[in-house]
Formats: sequence, structure tokens, C-alpha cells
Amino acid sequence: MATQHSTQSSWAAVLFGFAVLVAATCVVEWMLRLGLLNRYIVPLPSEVMLSLPRIVIEEKIAGAFATTFLECFYAMLLVTVVGILTGILLYRFTALRAATETWVAAAASAPIVLAYPLFLVVFGRTMTTIVMIGFIAGLPPVILKTLEGLAGTRRVLVDVGRSLKLGAWQMFAKILLPAALPTVFVGLRLGLIFCLINIVGVEFLINYGGLGQVINDRAERYDLAGTYAAIGFVILTSVLFFIVTERIERWLRPQT
Amino acid sequence: MASTANVGLAARPARAVGGQADVVAIRVAIIALLVVVWELASASGLFYRDVVPSLLAIGTALVKVLANPEFYHHLGVTLLEVGAALAIGGTLGLLVGFALGGSRFLSQAFEHYLYYLGPTPKIIFFPIMIMWFGVGPASKVAMGTLSCFFPIVLSVASGMRQIDPVLIRVGRSFKASRWQTAIKIHLPAMRAPILNGVRLGLGVAIIGTLLAETKLSNVGVGYLIMQAYSVFDMPRMYAMLIVLFTLAIGANALVGRLAGPAAARRS
Repeated sequence: MATQHSTQSSWAAVLFGFAVLVAATCVVEWMLRLGLLNRYIVPLPSEVMLSLPRIVIEEKIAGAFATTFLECFYAMLLVTVVGILTGILLYRFTALRAATETWVAAAASAPIVLAYPLFLVVFGRTMTTIVMIGFIAGLPPVILKTLEGLAGTRRVLVDVGRSLKLGAWQMFAKILLPAALPTVFVGLRLGLIFCLINIVGVEFLINYGGLGQVINDRAERYDLAGTYAAIGFVILTSVLFFIVTERIERWLRPQT
Repeated sequence: MASTANVGLAARPARAVGGQADVVAIRVAIIALLVVVWELASASGLFYRDVVPSLLAIGTALVKVLANPEFYHHLGVTLLEVGAALAIGGTLGLLVGFALGGSRFLSQAFEHYLYYLGPTPKIIFFPIMIMWFGVGPASKVAMGTLSCFFPIVLSVASGMRQIDPVLIRVGRSFKASRWQTAIKIHLPAMRAPILNGVRLGLGVAIIGTLLAETKLSNVGVGYLIMQAYSVFDMPRMYAMLIVLFTLAIGANALVGRLAGPAAARRS
């Protein structure tokens, strides 16, 4: 009974939140139509919504989406291979881990994206620049979470492996890796988020391909409604992406 | 840009197997190896001239940058922008965080929007900020504000929910007013989450502000970096990036230290 009441109140809250958003949008539309807000700065929300299909067709959103997806894919491929291998290496050599783990943690909070002019000089205004920034931004969480997952393997599981006289490879493949997988997936999800944020951001900054460039193009043409619609589209895509990765992570965790 | 999702990444102390001396030796060896590789790459001629300048050239450029009074003018502007962004975004974040953390209904109604909007790349809002606030420092402050608002709200709201209910009940039994409860119980109990939120917020405010400066500006450290890039003065650009990273990581570490071990565990 109490659970049912709690679910009903939760749905009421979600509906209330959505209703407030819709009401706020209507108030902005009304203020714009009355001239209380400047239409040269804020377009009509109805215009923004009508611009969405136009953006999808004119800007070839599918192509832009594919470019960003491809950049993310290449960056994540590198992040997965290099990040997991480095995590294993640091787990295997304790002194190396003690010497470098704080450096990796510092790199996770370092503003890597601010060095994008440097990447432009080294790799040129190409996809490689974007992929490399995504790769470097996504690497630290994967290394740290792989390390955390391996180091957090329950002692009893390792002891069982030893009592069965497993070799180093068997111990890794049968005991350590399966135990570490849930944490490794958390790292991969975080890495993917870091990767996507930086990739879209750099696309926008250097005006090169993908979803980030769509916004730039519209802003440079002073297509007000189009700019807002493009930003809305990118936000929507990012949010959907985060929801999907979160669901995948939740789905995978009980399986492993 | 990325710090919102920077949860759970704090380094944990590794078991001291090799001893402190081994650790120091490995660190020195890694740094020495990097220096040698860098110098070899610089002298090899494999890269375009100055793409990998010698460390001496970078060091000289660093001294020149730090000795130039004009740099401090630009640094001052950037620091003011970041400070204003943190003050505005932090205040808004605290207020909204308290409201969401204190009400289950409001949290269920709005927090999921903030949770999913938090990790989106904020720099894409820059065209809107330019339209609203112009091309001057105000649009950079707005970018920083937008960037730091989300981690602070989420950290404060989550911290508020984790306050020990016993403390609240004690306050009630003493008939503490709403204001007294906020000042005497909520604020002290939330020191770590607030400072942790501010630490995350500061990191992304610096990134948001500086990225906006690199995109469109005529003042600030971001502008100086783009100026060095446009004239291909690579040693100066490396020097500027070193200063920038040192400041960003230093500010992060300083706030982390203020927050103490509890906040370090949370991060």
C-alpha cells in the first residue's frame, strides 16, 4: 500500500515537473509575442520547434550524427584498448601503480580540452585532432576503474584460484577479469561520457564536422530559431545517449 | 567540460610494497624518459619546425610570459570572469540544491533534468550567450556560470539528503526554527558536499570560461593562447598552457584540501 502511494506521488512529481517546463515555455512565447522579450535575441519557442525538421533536412543531421558517432567510436576503441591494458599493467606492477596512480587521477581532472590549439598544430584541422582529444579525455577513468576493479577482487576468490593451482593467465581470465568487469564497465561509461562531451565541444570550437559544427553553421548565419533548434537537438541526443549507456550498464552489471 | 561526471575517480593509495624509495625512483625515471623522448623528438626534424620545441625554448618562453606585465592584465580578467562565474553559479547552485535536497517532491520533479543536462557539453550554448550578453567578458562569465551550476546543484542536493536524520530530530527536539536548523545543522553537516561541489564547479567554470575566450574574445588567457596559435609561436603557446594547467590543477587541489578527507572520499 505504502509502495503504491509512493509510486503515485513519484508520478505526480514527474508530471508536475513536466507541466512546469511546458508552462515556462508558454510564458516565454507569450512574453515574446507581447514584445516583453526581444525577438532578435530569443526566438519564439514555436518557431524553434518548427525549425527542428528543417535543421534535420538542411543540415543533413544523419551525416553529422554519423561523423560524431565515428569519432566517438575511434576514440573509445583507443580508450578501451589502451585504458584497460594500462589498468592491468598498473595492477600487475604495484610500485609502478604507487608511482603513477595520482598522476592518472590528476589527469582525470585536468582541463585537457583547453589544449585543443596544440592538437590543431600537431594533427591539423582534421578528425584525428578530435579523436585524439576524445581519447585523452576518456582514458583516465578507464585506467582508474580497471585498476579499482582488479584490486577490489574479493580475497576469497583469489584464494580459491590459488588453491586450484591456477596459472597467472587462468587466474586473470577466470577470477580477476570477471570480478572486475562491472567496475570496468563503469569506467568505460564514464570514459564514453568524457569522450562525447569533448568531441562535440571541439567540433563546435574548431568548426569541423559532426553535431558541434551544425550549431556553429546556424549561429554564423544568424538563423536564431535554427541555432536554438540545433542546440536543442544536440542536448536531446546527448541526454538520450546518457540514458541508453546508463541502462546498458545497469543491464550488464547483474549479468557479470 | 568533463568534470561533472568526475565522480569516483580519486586515486586510492596503492599498497606500499616497493617502498617510498622505489616510488620516487620510478617517478624520476619516467620524468627523465619523457624529457629525453621530447628532446629527441624536438631535434629529430620529424615534426614541422617548432611543433615540438626544445624544453629550453619552452622554459625561456615561460620566463618571458611570466615577466610580461600584459600577461597579468589578461590573467586578471580571466580570474575575475571565473570568480564571478563561480559566485553566481555557486549561489544559484546552492539555493536550487537546498530546495531539491530538502523536498522529495521537487527532487523527483526536476532533478532528473539537471542530472542528464549536467554532463552535456556546455560550450555549445556559447552562441546563445553571445546573443544575450554580447562578445565581452559578460558572455564568458555566463558560460562559466552555466558550467559550474550543475555540479554544485547535484552535489548539494545529494549531500542534503545524506544528512544524518538524528541531527535533524535533535534540532526539532530543541525546537530550532527553520533558519536555525539551516545554519546550525544543515550547513555544518554539508561542508564536505558543498566544498566538493565547489571544487567540481570551479574546474568546469575554468574550462567553460577559457573555452569561450578561445572561441571569441579580445582579452584573457584564452585569447592569448589563440593569439600564440595564430602566429605559430609554439614555445609561447606551450608556456601559456603550462601556466593554465598549473593554475587549474592548483585551484582544484586547494579547494580539495579545504574540503578535507571526507570530500576526497566522496570524489
